[in-house]
Amino acid sequence: MKRAYNVSPPDTPPLTNGCAVAAILSAGAGCFVLALLAILADNSALVRRSLVFYKPTGVLSGVTTVGIFVWLFTWGILDWRWRKKTVAAGRVSAIALTLLVLSLILTFPPVSDLF
Amino acid sequence: MEITTRALWTVIHGILFGGLYLFACSGALVELYRLTVSPTSPESTHGHDRFMHIYLITMAVLAWAAVLSGTYAIYPWYRATPPPGTVNLSMFPQRLLMSSPATIGWHSVGMEWKEHVAWFAPISITMVAFVFIRYGRDLRNHRQLRSAVLVFALASLVAAGIAGFFGAEIDEYAPVRGGSAIQLTAGEAK
Repeated sequence: MKRAYNVSPPDTPPLTNGCAVAAILSAGAGCFVLALLAILADNSALVRRSLVFYKPTGVLSGVTTVGIFVWLFTWGILDWRWRKKTVAAGRVSAIALTLLVLSLILTFPPVSDLF
Repeated sequence: MEITTRALWTVIHGILFGGLYLFACSGALVELYRLTVSPTSPESTHGHDRFMHIYLITMAVLAWAAVLSGTYAIYPWYRATPPPGTVNLSMFPQRLLMSSPATIGWHSVGMEWKEHVAWFAPISITMVAFVFIRYGRDLRNHRQLRSAVLVFALASLVAAGIAGFFGAEIDEYAPVRGGSAIQLTAGEAK
């Protein structure tokens, strides 16, 4: 027999949204930093040279590694700060989605070549 | 019948990891919508929720496996530099694409976009998996959170779709070749 259970049992406090908002904003920020680094590496020889972490893959290794590091670091910090709080989810989610859309646009070569 | 190690890696990257991820992503979008938005949500059971958790974690693993194998196994073969004076560029896919005005766009637009945009898929789906596992159907009570989660899941599908499309087309015009041959079956003359 299937065992049904409530979404929020009556004896548990409702979940605050801080934990999710931290994950959402950091994902947007991580994507945006990755896109930004890709443009910077295209336009600066110094950045390009310093982002070659693994020679066979070239600058892509540094762009993605730093992007992932920024994403996880931001996530950790925001989660630590917001875990038990209720945050303005609408505003922060809008910022995260804007960063995500900008990232998709900025990585499109005809756009990234404008910089 | 044989396949080279590089071609095998391309198959693992593109079909096993990437292709499976794309299939799973469309299913995840429907299920996430059904569980967190749709008024016809199925009865909540531990078994079903546990299945969704495993499904989303598997997706995240597939997405990470796809970008890591692509970036660190296949991309070095793709961008290999030919020795000076090389005429036959078939072993150097990037240079082969760049050698003709008819194919240069597959590198300058296709690969340049694919190599970056693909990384948005694992970042997004890892976040989606984390939030769903943490909040589950309680997302029904957080309208803005569930909207953001669904948009990120959709963006993950779009990013993987872009990467998959360009990957398939680039492999059509300039496949990654080489490596040792793996014998699949011994052919017999009729």
